[in-house]
Amino acid sequence: MAYSELIKNFERVRDYMRQFYVYGFKSRDEYDAKSARSYDNERRRIESWLGDYMSFRQDAAGKNVFISVDSRTIPRNPLYNAFKAKSFTNGDITFHFYIMDLLTDGAELPIGEIVDAITDKYLSSFDTELAVDESTVRKKLKEYESLGLLASRKRGRQLVYCRTDSKSIDLTLWRDAIAFFSEDDPLGVVGSFLLDKLPETPEYFGFKHHYILHALDSEVLCDILLAIGEGRSLDLTIRSPRNKGVETCHTVFPVKIYISTQSGRQYLLGYHYTLHKPMFFRIDSIRNATAGVIEKNPDKYSGWYGKFRENLWGVSIGIEHNIDHIEMTVHIADNEGYILERLEREKRCGKITIIDAHTCVFSADVYDATEMLPWIRTFIGRIEKLECSDPDVTETFYADLKAMTAMYGGDADAV
Amino acid sequence: MLFSEVYGSYYNVIAAILSEAVAGELTDQRINEIIGEKAFAESVLTIPASLRNGSWPLLTRENTTPLEHIPSMPLTILQKRWLRALIQDPRIKLFSVPEAGLEDIEPLYGEDVFCFFDRYSDGDPYDDPQYVAHFRTILTALREKRRLRIRFTGHRGSRHSWKCAPYKLEYSAKDDKFRVLIASPHNTLTVNIARIKSCELLDHWTDEEYCPKQSVQETLILELKDERNALERVMLHFSHLEKETVRLDDDRYRLTLRYDREDETELLIRVLSFGPMLKVISPESFIDQVKERLNKQAGLRA
Repeated sequence: MAYSELIKNFERVRDYMRQFYVYGFKSRDEYDAKSARSYDNERRRIESWLGDYMSFRQDAAGKNVFISVDSRTIPRNPLYNAFKAKSFTNGDITFHFYIMDLLTDGAELPIGEIVDAITDKYLSSFDTELAVDESTVRKKLKEYESLGLLASRKRGRQLVYCRTDSKSIDLTLWRDAIAFFSEDDPLGVVGSFLLDKLPETPEYFGFKHHYILHALDSEVLCDILLAIGEGRSLDLTIRSPRNKGVETCHTVFPVKIYISTQSGRQYLLGYHYTLHKPMFFRIDSIRNATAGVIEKNPDKYSGWYGKFRENLWGVSIGIEHNIDHIEMTVHIADNEGYILERLEREKRCGKITIIDAHTCVFSADVYDATEMLPWIRTFIGRIEKLECSDPDVTETFYADLKAMTAMYGGDADAV
Repeated sequence: MLFSEVYGSYYNVIAAILSEAVAGELTDQRINEIIGEKAFAESVLTIPASLRNGSWPLLTRENTTPLEHIPSMPLTILQKRWLRALIQDPRIKLFSVPEAGLEDIEPLYGEDVFCFFDRYSDGDPYDDPQYVAHFRTILTALREKRRLRIRFTGHRGSRHSWKCAPYKLEYSAKDDKFRVLIASPHNTLTVNIARIKSCELLDHWTDEEYCPKQSVQETLILELKDERNALERVMLHFSHLEKETVRLDDDRYRLTLRYDREDETELLIRVLSFGPMLKVISPESFIDQVKERLNKQAGLRA
């Protein structure tokens, strides 16, 4: 099949874009592609969509392709472009413009008149092989009805179709809000579609600590949100690199979407019907999320959440929901009141006890204290004492500290 | 259905081309210009040919079209539901959007479905009428390219008054704060909107009067040891920065990051958070700061 910059299926390109963006050190041979040509085609497409955001490096192992972008300096997420590259047939694009034109100005037409008008009014101007038949048009009208572009109603014995334009929604008055939320909202790609309809888009919004990779998971996230909204169960197909790419299937009742503002990772929290417990699933590992039946007893499968969240630091629930108690004694030097402010705003649970003018203790009860170690390490230089009911946590912390000291040429025994 | 051709680049480009055809203004040159402005890099290989060879019978050889109206498309239900969901967001007040036309639309998601679990808890006061008023004034100034007189309290409590040109409104999802980047003829500054005491709209400004200084970018080189899934964690954590990664051997990688000098302290603690999995290779001044923290820690005998 001839190369096209458009694609029918998003899944394969989702993997490539992720690897180009996150890693960017792999050469052509290392990609899990069906063939070298397959890699070349995907790379060429992504290059076409992203333009200058793609970078290249040649080394002994070959040519490396990567996506490198300082997301603070760009007004729009370039990865959204991938969602604007869906392939279509000649009939799809042609009939789209014909049908929208025919039904402009509030016209209501039955399918027969639409088919006749396509032939007489539009196709007759061209020497083309494209033909129209009622079943193709009917399929298109049904599709557009489900997208919300058209509505149908009975007029006598005929079903007539019309456009769903709403004069009361003025997108120009939404311009700034759409520009902002198209970047900030987890489903901002929808806002990006709306921005494409506006003649001008604001360039004055900027975003710091802005993670853009989640854009590639928008379709899965959208399916999950629709299921949550309707109170449906979800059948998930998961493929995780940790599981060596083997696909596993899970049926859950979806409850929340957890999002890290410090890595951009997104997680689905749901109740696992078979394992009978809450579980987190990384959304970037979900290949497919199919809505199941409406849950008849949603409280049974989500009522636990209020209590459950009290001991959650991040997205790890440890082993069998055992609770770890952790205490970190922090030294606050003169003029370092901001350290206390940091603790207050960054702690996600637990409490702070002031011991004296230079000392405070942060304590918390969490499912998995190991998960807190990265945050605890940000206080290196100020930690007087770290204690935890799980000895592995403190052992890891002190061993890491020793390794770091040795790594920078210090006296490893000094700590 | 999110992945649909109706949202696609080609449909938008063809709509733009046909708009000019309906208006009787289309030329061959304009077709290529529109594709250059709006389409993907290689679309120029496909779109003109498909319009010319009868594959997409929408445009005649004379660049006219049988369409009678400027192409347009109603909002899809997905787009309406997304807009409706935004109305639930506390920050929507900052933008004074009309809710008309969305009253009967089901939001795409509920207001409490997302949990930003590591977001700092001292975010901006979106319910404070004064904050909202300041935000809207700044937005007007940005939209109309007008100067501002702002009075604000600095980090150390000192009061400032600036007659300035705002040129960017920056949001951090981690801090949940908006900052306005402002320029005077001789200086640039970033001000947290929540620190602004008063904000007054002034006259228009030109690029000749104010030229915002570019931030000073530094380069940080790190060596990563891929233990405890550090490779993926580090790559994602720093993925918002311009970066380049080179594999050194089976489990070691060299990572080169570009960062704003003003954010060095923040970057320092972020590097520390990865413990011995990340080693700073350069610059020396950054290494010295890591050592200083480790020495202080040794002094505390933790």
